[in-house]
Amino acid sequence: MKLTGLTAVELGRRIKSGEIGVREAVEAQLDAISAKEDKYHCYITVLREEALARADEVQKGIREGRYTSPLAGVPVAVKDNICMRGVRTTCASKMLEEFRPPYSAAVVEKLEAAGTVILGKTNMDEFAMGSTTETSFFGETKNPWDITRVPGGSSGGAAAAVAAGEAFAALGSDTGGSIRQPSAFCGVTGIKPTYGTVSRYGLIAYASSLDQIGPIARNVEDCAALLELIAGRDERDSTSVTREGPAFGSALSGGVRGMRIGIPRGYFSGGLDAEVKDAVLAAAGVLQEQGAEVEESELEAVDYAIPAYYVIASAEAGSNLSRYDGVKYGYRAPGCGGLQEVYKKTRSEGFGEEVRRRMLIGAFVLSSGYYDAYYGKAMKVREVIRQGFDRAFERYDMLLGPTAPTTAPKLGASLGDPLKMYLGDIYTVAVNLAGLPAISLPCGRDRAGLPIGLQLIGRPFGERELIRAARSFEQTRQWRLPAAGCISDGRGGAAEREAV
Amino acid sequence: MITDETIAYAAALAKLELSGGERERLKKDLSEILGYIDRMNELDTDGVEPMSHVLPVTNVFREDVVTNGEDGENLLANAPDRSGDSFRVPRTVE
Repeated sequence: MKLTGLTAVELGRRIKSGEIGVREAVEAQLDAISAKEDKYHCYITVLREEALARADEVQKGIREGRYTSPLAGVPVAVKDNICMRGVRTTCASKMLEEFRPPYSAAVVEKLEAAGTVILGKTNMDEFAMGSTTETSFFGETKNPWDITRVPGGSSGGAAAAVAAGEAFAALGSDTGGSIRQPSAFCGVTGIKPTYGTVSRYGLIAYASSLDQIGPIARNVEDCAALLELIAGRDERDSTSVTREGPAFGSALSGGVRGMRIGIPRGYFSGGLDAEVKDAVLAAAGVLQEQGAEVEESELEAVDYAIPAYYVIASAEAGSNLSRYDGVKYGYRAPGCGGLQEVYKKTRSEGFGEEVRRRMLIGAFVLSSGYYDAYYGKAMKVREVIRQGFDRAFERYDMLLGPTAPTTAPKLGASLGDPLKMYLGDIYTVAVNLAGLPAISLPCGRDRAGLPIGLQLIGRPFGERELIRAARSFEQTRQWRLPAAGCISDGRGGAAEREAV
Repeated sequence: MITDETIAYAAALAKLELSGGERERLKKDLSEILGYIDRMNELDTDGVEPMSHVLPVTNVFREDVVTNGEDGENLLANAPDRSGDSFRVPRTVE
């Protein structure tokens, strides 16, 4: 078993015991990045020198007892919409091509305080708008299972890095599925936490009432450990909350006996791929065998989640991105004669097509004459959707369904038809509208060998139950990385027996 | 149906300049997307309170004291153009 095939928690354990040095782990990870980056392009910026210098500091800190977290010494990656002081943070946009934030995001401070080593900034759709990572100004990321396919998006670089063995774990952000859908397409595990669980301070805003940062990793245990490190109230994000039970790392055991799981009927019709459907229902069967009570359920207003989402997300994006005006930071179009020209040229040249499209939708749905019919209506639909989940959670502890209606599409097949791309978000966006937690984890592969994602949706602050159920399911499966062999938790479990 | 006027109006609000080809493309995209969004009208929302925030959080207050330090130079370092301690833009008032 190669070092880079270990899970994050197992690597942390071996670093703590002294079996593996932090520098050794960081060098192994940087070597893997050097070997694979040309093929997959997971990163926008790799922090080679910084990571090596940091490795020695962390090793010293572990020895002196300053870094005691389970992930101390573990190399991790962060999505390039998360600010790191002095480190180029681009949001995959020409607009921020040379932007060096004057401060670090709250989650970066927490990763640093926990003794992780940040290796680099991962690729994404421009300003997190997209479902394929193809709208990146810096070029597409390729799916490590099949390089003719997209990794999903918008956190496609993060999910691909974890799958390809270019990072042990990563932070993504999820506004309408941007952690869960690329996790599904890349065969890794990702958690979108309850809104308010993780501080958004230093996350470059897309749609503030929906955005949430979360972990992407190779298994449930790693995700839980990483989520525990980054959760918590932060005065600098007034929407972050003090919550019960953030000890996610201890939520793994206990199984699903007695848990009530609903399968929304509306999630299994329409454009759902037959192989995805079979794999997800088979996963439901496994949970039932393990003692959960699984049954079909109702979920109201599901069909209206995508329309409401694209109105609200575009409106908030239009407002948030109005700050990019070529004055204070970021790109400024050259040779402008007046201030209005600076605004218009800067924004037209600095934003890519998908961002411009959403700016237009946002401006339209908020404009006088259309506000009530679109934005006002969408906020009411959002409330109906939330009430629908409330009613479902009176009967069930969690809901189960697919993460995405298909496996990863081919590169170049999505951007030509934006509406069709938006419809691919059918199973993920409602979760953001209602602020709920959800996890995506692998539950099989289709005939082409592409990973299929299972999504579990919890009640507000129900992450511990999601983690427990997901772990219970995961232990029945054998997981492998696409190229680098199998994932090892170091305990000689099912995963390792299948080692190549 | 999205007209040229509607696109021009939205573009002016969003401070975007659109080339002729792009305007046509966006007109088609927006017609399709807004047509799909109109499905929301099938759902009866009479008497529903619009939801602007998912958590029962209302106002969050703090003491009105400065907590961030002197960081002007650091902030100006990202400016596309500056003059001393200020951001510089082209002349706007004749």
